[in-house]
Amino acid sequence: MPARASKSLRWWQLGLFAAVLVVWHVGTSPTLLPPIYFDNPDKAAFFFGEPLKVFERIWDWFSSGSIYRHLWVTLLETLMAFVVGTVLGLAMGLWLALSPTASALFDPYIKALNSMPRVILAPIFGVWFGLGMASKVALGVTLVFFIVFFNVYQGVREVSHTVLANARILGASDRQLLRHVYVPSAMSWVFASLHNSVGLAFVGAVVGEYLGSAEGVGYVILQAEGSFDINSVFAGIVVLTVFALVLDWVVTLAEHRLLVWQPRGGETEKI
Amino acid sequence: MSAAALALEGVRVTFVSQDGARYTAVHDTTLRVAPGEFVSVVGPTGCGKSTLLNVAVGLLQPSAGAVRVFGAPLSGLNRKAGYLFQSEALMPWRTALGNVIAGLEFSGIKKEEAKKRGEAWLQRVGLGGFGARYPHQLSGGMRKRVALAQTLILDPEIILMDEPFSALDIQTRHLMENQLLEIWSANRKSVVFITHDLEEAISLSDRVVVLSAGPEAHPIGEFAIDLPRPRDVAEVRLAPRFIELHTQIWHAMKAEVLKSYARQSQ
Repeated sequence: MPARASKSLRWWQLGLFAAVLVVWHVGTSPTLLPPIYFDNPDKAAFFFGEPLKVFERIWDWFSSGSIYRHLWVTLLETLMAFVVGTVLGLAMGLWLALSPTASALFDPYIKALNSMPRVILAPIFGVWFGLGMASKVALGVTLVFFIVFFNVYQGVREVSHTVLANARILGASDRQLLRHVYVPSAMSWVFASLHNSVGLAFVGAVVGEYLGSAEGVGYVILQAEGSFDINSVFAGIVVLTVFALVLDWVVTLAEHRLLVWQPRGGETEKI
Repeated sequence: MSAAALALEGVRVTFVSQDGARYTAVHDTTLRVAPGEFVSVVGPTGCGKSTLLNVAVGLLQPSAGAVRVFGAPLSGLNRKAGYLFQSEALMPWRTALGNVIAGLEFSGIKKEEAKKRGEAWLQRVGLGGFGARYPHQLSGGMRKRVALAQTLILDPEIILMDEPFSALDIQTRHLMENQLLEIWSANRKSVVFITHDLEEAISLSDRVVVLSAGPEAHPIGEFAIDLPRPRDVAEVRLAPRFIELHTQIWHAMKAEVLKSYARQSQ
């Protein structure tokens, strides 16, 4: 895209954002418009919150520093769910892809577990692992695991026969094949799904917190809802969204570093 | 007679597909390659040339017959052989240098030592300074050279090549062929070179074996190439003796090529 077009697109995007805020502000302010739908002028603000108060709330959280503890907890849960889920998915994916017997045996169970709506497990994890971080990590792991598992499985299955035969002829033992051919090939698929798995680890953490916890951004939102503090709910959602965007950006950076060996569209360099 | 470096004795390869259909790709083929000899196998497309190499390297078990490596029957992979594939066989996640030294690493040679030897080999195939590139950053010809270095760094007694240069343009091809001859003559190993290109076969080899059209391909002729060495593959093509040999071999091949063509266009 030409730089000029992309610049004007930026302005349009900002304009859209501003327009939404203005409509939100005008529609919910008790004084600006006469009540159209609600009989009480404060009711719109009660249901939809007010953008200025939402930002004020966010400002308060960050200036007083009270939010950092919650963000930290959510981040930690996300990271742990991601790491544990990825390691388990990788191990299981490699095992099943390389052992036809195990694959045949587990196939129906994997399919069943994958189709199960796993968020339902959150309360059970709460009972098993308590209301601390462990139960949120467990929920995130169940979400991340399957993404990684299927990608690894696919990655191993799709290893080029020629590359494999070549490595064997060059003298690779079974263990070396695993380390130098299967795992790198599978990892490229895992990295390709990095955005998905980090995103789901985050969902697991927040949903887990929301269903019962004493810390975390999900807990902050739950508390606000309990006291009908709609502005804090929206503030929490905004913070979560920005947090997720930052996380996604970090993943993109990591991806560029980890997948240098892969050609990217238009970037292929021939000599 | 001393033991051949590689001997295929009465090899027959029959593939059975899942619905029970049988296809005999190679039938009763005997091929012996002496130590240090450069043998090319030519034949029309689809005549089972690659199948023969896969048997020689141990990727395929012959349905009948035997493979002997320096007199010993082959079981499992042929540890004395290096194999240059027709298609891409480099590990895309390793750099050029990483690919060249893969075999050394597998055999447990120390990384610094392997790297030093890898750099030397990259120099030798004209890729000094390209060691840090990934395969996708190299051109087709460069990738082939990396593959060549990857195979030859292990110093195999037998080098099997499956149409290694067929995907390259003609200039790059001559360059690579000359390079191959230079490397080969410095340290003579047994080579089995598969190609469908008769000129390539004659200009490189000591001996050319012609296979019949598939199915049930088998050798139908053998020609000793008495052109003097060292050769330049581009220049040797103009020698009268080359043309004579070419005429002779082509005469033997022609009927088979037509047969194969007729079968494919049915």
